[in-house]
Amino acid sequence: MADTLRILVVDDELGMRLGIARALRDFAISLPDVNGEVRFAIEQADSAETALDMIAEARPDILLLDYKLPSMSGLEVLDHVGAGGAANAAAGEMLTIMVTAYASLETAVSAVKRGAYDFLAKPFTPDELRSTVRKAAGRLVLAKQARKFAQEKRQVRFEFISVLAHELKAPLGAVEGYLNIVKDRSAGDDHAVYERIIDRSLIRISGMRKMIADLLDLTRIESGQKQRELTSVDIIDAAQAVLSNNTAEAAMQNITLALEATAPISFNADRSEIEIILNNLVSNAIKYNRDGGRVDVRIRNDGQKGDLVISVVDTGIGMSPQETARLFSDFVRIRNEKTKNILGSGLGLSIVRKLATLYGGDISVSSQPDAGSTFTVVLKQS
Amino acid sequence: MAKTILIVDDDPDYLAQMQMQLEAAGYRVVPADGLAAAKKALENQKPDLALVDLMLEEADGGFALCYHIKKIDQAIPVLLVTAVASETGLDFDAATDEERSWVKADGLLAKPVRFEQLQREIKRLLKE
Repeated sequence: MADTLRILVVDDELGMRLGIARALRDFAISLPDVNGEVRFAIEQADSAETALDMIAEARPDILLLDYKLPSMSGLEVLDHVGAGGAANAAAGEMLTIMVTAYASLETAVSAVKRGAYDFLAKPFTPDELRSTVRKAAGRLVLAKQARKFAQEKRQVRFEFISVLAHELKAPLGAVEGYLNIVKDRSAGDDHAVYERIIDRSLIRISGMRKMIADLLDLTRIESGQKQRELTSVDIIDAAQAVLSNNTAEAAMQNITLALEATAPISFNADRSEIEIILNNLVSNAIKYNRDGGRVDVRIRNDGQKGDLVISVVDTGIGMSPQETARLFSDFVRIRNEKTKNILGSGLGLSIVRKLATLYGGDISVSSQPDAGSTFTVVLKQS
Repeated sequence: MAKTILIVDDDPDYLAQMQMQLEAAGYRVVPADGLAAAKKALENQKPDLALVDLMLEEADGGFALCYHIKKIDQAIPVLLVTAVASETGLDFDAATDEERSWVKADGLLAKPVRFEQLQREIKRLLKE
């Protein structure tokens, strides 16, 4: 997004003001990490009084201030506007460049003490002017970006807390309800009932723990705070580790886990991210499967571009087209007759998708109700 | 004869708890875990009272079910239960007569519901 910074030029000499305006009018700056160019809108003031009025009305981004003005020195103007120098950039305030023919060290020091950000010695060439303005502009724009990121981080953190508070209400209510029943012994005398109550409470609690972990993952990914360590990852090894972690879970439903890969595959990635992707897909494939079913993990290199293609195929309950369309948003859990006993945070696929986009890739699904689903993740080689 | 209460909620533990406590208090309970199950149950019997979670499946599935039950029989009392009173600003006691007539429920309770409070409401609506 292109930025326009407002510059107020304060000098009693018309020639100087026009010269400065001419030099900056078509000046455009490209900054690293900033989209579009930074340009300038130039305003002029021919006296200290006029300048102070204009600043009071609308503070410019950059103040180009002549040291020697007829009625008031540039330093006095600085005192009036509370310049504040470099610290101003962080607060989004105005930066002052003092323009002076008396370029002594003394002058520079006193200007900076009064809050000037920089100074420009007369006579100066258009290039020297532009170079000084470039420095100030760079400082302002980057400070603005930093504030924007801080704001976004606060926003993400706020959303995380709101969402967590909301999603934890049901499981907390469930556990509390069960404990009250145990306290009042209001479920009768059958011990088996109380056993079930304890089991269900533990299940809901582990659901809460997973919810918190998933939300943290998601938040870290979204706020760009996740520390990424890119190395050459042995993908087959990662897949084997994930499958072995899921063996016990699969065994409970007699599900066969299998890994298919034509050759060793290494890919430049963060290993933990690869494991999160694989684990979410495999765990889903097991959860939504039938007893005695299969989960096949197929990994290959898309020869030409070296993209990594991971497919997880299950023989599970499958989904209708309407259900697959909703699948990858946050907290979407497909609730129907077949899924009602399956617990999940609803965030797993959302996380996989966000991770895939970090690699310039994506996730897709094809499914048939009662036959099974195939989830495919493509990650692009960097 | 024991009165029949239809409970509708998509949280399986909440449903189980309500059933435990209401059966211990002497009612016959028909549990339903969603709109479809509730409608199916209503085809087979007319409950004496319905306890319905507001946020069933969609944002206001409970309202729709409430309306459906009243269409079957105006006289069946419906108690709406919601976890989101503070978020939606729903305050049944503060609602105007017009608002109440639109909502069509006979009472509104905020989760988590204290069982004593629930029992009192049920007794009141069943005129026990």
